[in-house]
Amino acid sequence: MTVDASRGADAPPELVQLLTPEGERVEHPDYDIDLTPEEVRSLYRDLVLVRRVDLEAVALQRQGELGIWASLLGQEAAQIGSGRALTDADMAFPTYREHGVAWCRDVDPVNLLGLFRGVNHGGWDPAEHNFHLYTIVIGSQTLHAVGYAMGIQRDGANAATIAYFGDGATSQGDVNESFIWASVFNAPIVFFCQNNQWAISEPLEKQTRIPLYRRASGFGFPGIRVDGNDVFACLAVTRQALRNAREGQGPTLIEAFTYRMGAHTTTDDPTRYRVASELEAWKLKDPIERLKAYLFKNELADQAFLDSVEAEAEDLGADLRRRCLEMPDPGPLDIFDHVYTGSHALIAEERAQYAAYLEGFES
Amino acid sequence: MSILTLSKAINEGLRKAMEDDPKVLIMGEDVGKLGGVFRVTDGLQKDFGEDRVIDTPLAESGIVGTAIGLALRGYRPICEIQFDGFVFPAADQIITQLAKMPLRSLGAIKLPVVVRIPCGGGIGAVEHHSESPEAYFTHTGGLRVVACSNPADAYSMIQQAVRSDDPVIFFEPKRRYWEKAEVDTASTDWWTPFDEASVVRQGTDVTLLAYGPMVKTCLEAATAAQDEGRSLEVIDLRSLNPLDFPKVMESARKTGRVVVVHEAPVYNGFGAELAARITESCFYHLESPVLRVGGFSTPYPPSKLEDHYLPDLDRILEAVDRTFTY
Ligand SMILES: Cc1ncc(C[n+]2csc(CCOP(=O)(O)OP(=O)(O)O)c2C)c(N)n1
Ligand SMILES: [Mg+2]
Repeated sequence: MTVDASRGADAPPELVQLLTPEGERVEHPDYDIDLTPEEVRSLYRDLVLVRRVDLEAVALQRQGELGIWASLLGQEAAQIGSGRALTDADMAFPTYREHGVAWCRDVDPVNLLGLFRGVNHGGWDPAEHNFHLYTIVIGSQTLHAVGYAMGIQRDGANAATIAYFGDGATSQGDVNESFIWASVFNAPIVFFCQNNQWAISEPLEKQTRIPLYRRASGFGFPGIRVDGNDVFACLAVTRQALRNAREGQGPTLIEAFTYRMGAHTTTDDPTRYRVASELEAWKLKDPIERLKAYLFKNELADQAFLDSVEAEAEDLGADLRRRCLEMPDPGPLDIFDHVYTGSHALIAEERAQYAAYLEGFES
Repeated sequence: MSILTLSKAINEGLRKAMEDDPKVLIMGEDVGKLGGVFRVTDGLQKDFGEDRVIDTPLAESGIVGTAIGLALRGYRPICEIQFDGFVFPAADQIITQLAKMPLRSLGAIKLPVVVRIPCGGGIGAVEHHSESPEAYFTHTGGLRVVACSNPADAYSMIQQAVRSDDPVIFFEPKRRYWEKAEVDTASTDWWTPFDEASVVRQGTDVTLLAYGPMVKTCLEAATAAQDEGRSLEVIDLRSLNPLDFPKVMESARKTGRVVVVHEAPVYNGFGAELAARITESCFYHLESPVLRVGGFSTPYPPSKLEDHYLPDLDRILEAVDRTFTY
């Protein structure tokens, strides 16, 4: 199989696009979006702020304050576009990279850091934000999302579920089973696959011979590919798919065609497996640059606005850093908390033994 | 003689196994160009090609399931599971098929499949990257389960695992990947059979039984105990199934005091089997009950707390002290 050297950047495959990389608004026969200037500026602000959160987290990891970090660099539009399509009643199931979606669900960014700093495994109440915990085991959450959607269906609620996963995850049994369940039960769910072209060191062609969105037809529901670096298109397409789900039309698979501009995580070294020219090609499609160009072209924003967003981003980064460093370390006996809902003899015994053991050092 | 890290020692062992037998394959996530996230397969795809060092789709059940098929066709696949916590999607294939198919065929089928699993904690990782799942597999008849603890063993044991006609679950202590030691790659005379235990330190007062990452910790504990005038014997079990009972019992009878150390939870952990067996066979030689030091009966904690969860020198020595209180 021959591979395009820019990994899709130069020759965009069939996809829904409403905003070109140059910032030109284009028409699409099936999808349109009508946003007020205020809404467009707000999307821009979202994109810039989540990139800043991400940048700060990478820096914190470099300085030893986080054990690891999975960067969303390059995937901001896919996450903000889809995240802003959700209503409060909708429920999202993320992987470990959905910092932008978390932002849209009002999860305080500092709470994302706990897991990566090693102070907890989660850090927010999923029900409070309708944003489930990060899931590290690839693909597992897609089944939970379908089950949740089946619950929505039985409740007769006006809501839908969105399941996030990557291109690599599409190979997992769980993900394929989730497609089958969603299809058979006509579950109100949107499968949002961020195809960032890589699963650690493995390029897309190690997972599939056909474009991922086309897999949906085999399972019996629509699949659509969207320009994942175009926040308008991601918003429009996800909004429509969620609406269809809420109206009883069942699942949709959205493949957001994007690019992981950074390393897989801060412990990864992409120079071992991919060429720099790929990144250069994708930089020209940067999700933030194109929206900035659009804002200027259409005189929807001036330099003062950009500067104010920049200043807000700086404050956000500084605040995140400060609160990360202030995050209290857990106490040793916290190990025994929340293992069971109530009391449990063995846990209680081990807790007491370990407490006594620790006290032995103090005396 | 070469000085090798444990990771490089496995790499050299894999290379040797592939050179010796063209049917040997490596398959897993990121094992090709990247050389695996721990670089254990570094350079092998370049030298043996993509047909023998296979970057698979991201699906552990698929990795082990297709390895079984390849084995049925005469190949000897070595599967890499990226982290301990991700072996569970493959648990069905390992437990219901890999372990049982040879018996189902009345011996007509051999499944020489190796499943390599980096295991254990101590590297400050996020959830699912620090597990010790050995007991799930030692509880499954039909699987050989081994754990290396040092570079030389890693080098010889991986080659023996590949040569085995039985399926082998091969645990690698990930926090020891970067530890170095001399390895004689020129001869095989020094190899200990991979299903035998090794007495890695002689002693007379207490026996410490360990495997994988805890062997080094036990050796350190033995050194510390010596300063206090106690002589600890340390046995590296190496193979958990089968288990080298004669060597374990000999030591238990000699010292009369045994402490088992592993990272996995104590409750229903591998140490339970050791304690029961030693009690059954050496009851009248024991000065104390067999004690166990290990993880708590909780999920593995966030990394800021892992030093509390993992057995360390102090917890081992505290248990050693307790064996003298009976
Ligand atoms: C079941 C399982 N196997 C392996 C891993 C190790 N792992 C973590 S991320 C990753 C690649 C994921 O790729 P993709 O689904 O494309 O998501 P991306 O990281 O690109 O966002 C792998 C193999 C895991 N977390 N879970
Ligand atoms: Mg990916």
